[in-house]
Amino acid sequence: MRLSMIVATVAGVALLITGLSMPWLKIPLILSFCYGMAALGIGVLLRAGQISFGHAMYACISGYVVAYLSSHFRGLDGALLIILGTLASIAVGMLVGAFVVRYREIFFGMLNLAISMVLFTVLGKFYAYTGGTDGLRVQRPTLFGFELGRTEFESALLVLAVILSLAVIWGVQRYFRSSAGEALAAIKTNETRLEYLGVSAKLLLWQGYVLSAGLCGLAGSLFGLSQGLVTPEMGYWLRSGEFVFIAILGGSGHAVGAFVGALLYEFLKMYAAALVSGAWQMILGVTLIVIIYFLPKGLVGLLSERRKALRGDA
Amino acid sequence: MSKDILILALLDGVSYAGLLFLVALGLTFIFGVVRILNVAHGSLYACGGYAAATLGLWLGGGSLGVSLAALIGSSIVVGIVLGTLLMLLLRRFQDRDPILQLLVTFGAFMIFEDLQRMIWGTQPYFVADVVNQMGTSEVLGVIYMNYQLLFVPGAALGVYALLQWFLNRTLMGRQIVAVTHDREVATAMGINAKRIAYLTFVVGAMLGALGGALASPTTSLVPGIGADMIVLSFAVVATAGLGQISGALITALLIGLSRSFCVYLYPELEVVMPYVIMVLVLLVRPQGLFTVAQARRI
Repeated sequence: MRLSMIVATVAGVALLITGLSMPWLKIPLILSFCYGMAALGIGVLLRAGQISFGHAMYACISGYVVAYLSSHFRGLDGALLIILGTLASIAVGMLVGAFVVRYREIFFGMLNLAISMVLFTVLGKFYAYTGGTDGLRVQRPTLFGFELGRTEFESALLVLAVILSLAVIWGVQRYFRSSAGEALAAIKTNETRLEYLGVSAKLLLWQGYVLSAGLCGLAGSLFGLSQGLVTPEMGYWLRSGEFVFIAILGGSGHAVGAFVGALLYEFLKMYAAALVSGAWQMILGVTLIVIIYFLPKGLVGLLSERRKALRGDA
Repeated sequence: MSKDILILALLDGVSYAGLLFLVALGLTFIFGVVRILNVAHGSLYACGGYAAATLGLWLGGGSLGVSLAALIGSSIVVGIVLGTLLMLLLRRFQDRDPILQLLVTFGAFMIFEDLQRMIWGTQPYFVADVVNQMGTSEVLGVIYMNYQLLFVPGAALGVYALLQWFLNRTLMGRQIVAVTHDREVATAMGINAKRIAYLTFVVGAMLGALGGALASPTTSLVPGIGADMIVLSFAVVATAGLGQISGALITALLIGLSRSFCVYLYPELEVVMPYVIMVLVLLVRPQGLFTVAQARRI
């Protein structure tokens, strides 16, 4: 799979150059990378055959942590904020994960949804701390010690997003190929057999869950910094649905899939929303059904099948 | 907490539980047979409500009989039309991963959501003729509408009794139960599982639409009610245990009552309450309150 990493790097750099030379593309590109990381988190769970309709909660937690720290502790660096935001999600993911990994399929999905709805409501109601439905502003921090203006800050975030995305793709792909990652996929195929091998399916799923929470948290931290505002809407279940949509669109066969899906999604949104206003959800719905019907393994499945066919070992 | 508020909360809760039960019943009934958790059930609720309001406006709502006919007629029509559409769609995905099937219904839900907006717009609809026609009565010093006091809970209990009778006393119902237990064996015994699945789907869809139709006179119909309802009825179904009909009745009552008490006592927690109950229940009983243990399949 080294070839795919090279292709991903070249594509990432190409996107970076495009973004830097066409400033209006900067924010959509940063958002696509954020969505990609979050969808990759969902992809990890999809490999285990589990689906979560609540992972936007982690993006939301990290976003709020970044926003809160950026305004209450003014000196903190942007890079540190991202790390702290992601750590917050990982910590919550560890706690929630310990509880939800006992459940499978629809119960797993529903519990995540329920917990995210609780958070969503709490954020909306406790105005004094969270700013209610108006949300919290993120004060623009320094980035690696540099005070940056708005445009430079966005450019720097884009660079950071590309680097982080590539690192995440590489890391998650390593994880997929590791014994823990391969065993995770076995939860989907046959959990009982996995247990007979002496492997704890709960522990495996917990590791995967914490990883997915961390990925969504990383996405949320970056998202918060680039938007300058976090609202409870970030954690609403329809947002989690978007993550799932992107993960399915891209496919969970390879870590790159989530990012391919996210780019396509973001640009589909840009053009479709302008072209036919009011039918955006319908377009998404039709796309989802068509993708599942023709490409159950997502866009990445399409690529890997072609490669297999070329090598002649399909 | 005064006595009046206590009674109000109780009555509100019972009436709300009635609606919740009807919608959750449809969801759990479909799941039992087809093994698909139908996210588009929220659209059925919303479409049922809108159709009832439109039909009510069109017929003019001259008398109580006409208003009731509008409510029931519209839910039957919506159930048959949308239920058939969904079933035809899902048949194409029959042997796929259950998660992908779930996502297909999610896709269908998104399509319906925009269709609704195109047909009925974003302005709230509110047709309350039937509520006025039924009048009010006094319960322990509190004036309450007969529609919510008697009709909605009565309809829910009626549907529950009818369904129990149908499942336990008729041939068709027994066949549905058989397919729920083991589809392969039931098919081997000569039951047409495909027809049973279709029937179940339409009945479940009608229940969802009926829930919406009965809610339409007392809630204003706006885009997004389908999404709220699907999440809530999921919570009821998961708390009760998937496929549990009597369990859904008790759980709907539990969630309906606790929600309405929240509305009067701690309005901040109103939206969270159902989820808190669900999480607490699943912590103790991972398969839901009323599920019997199932054999592990290897």
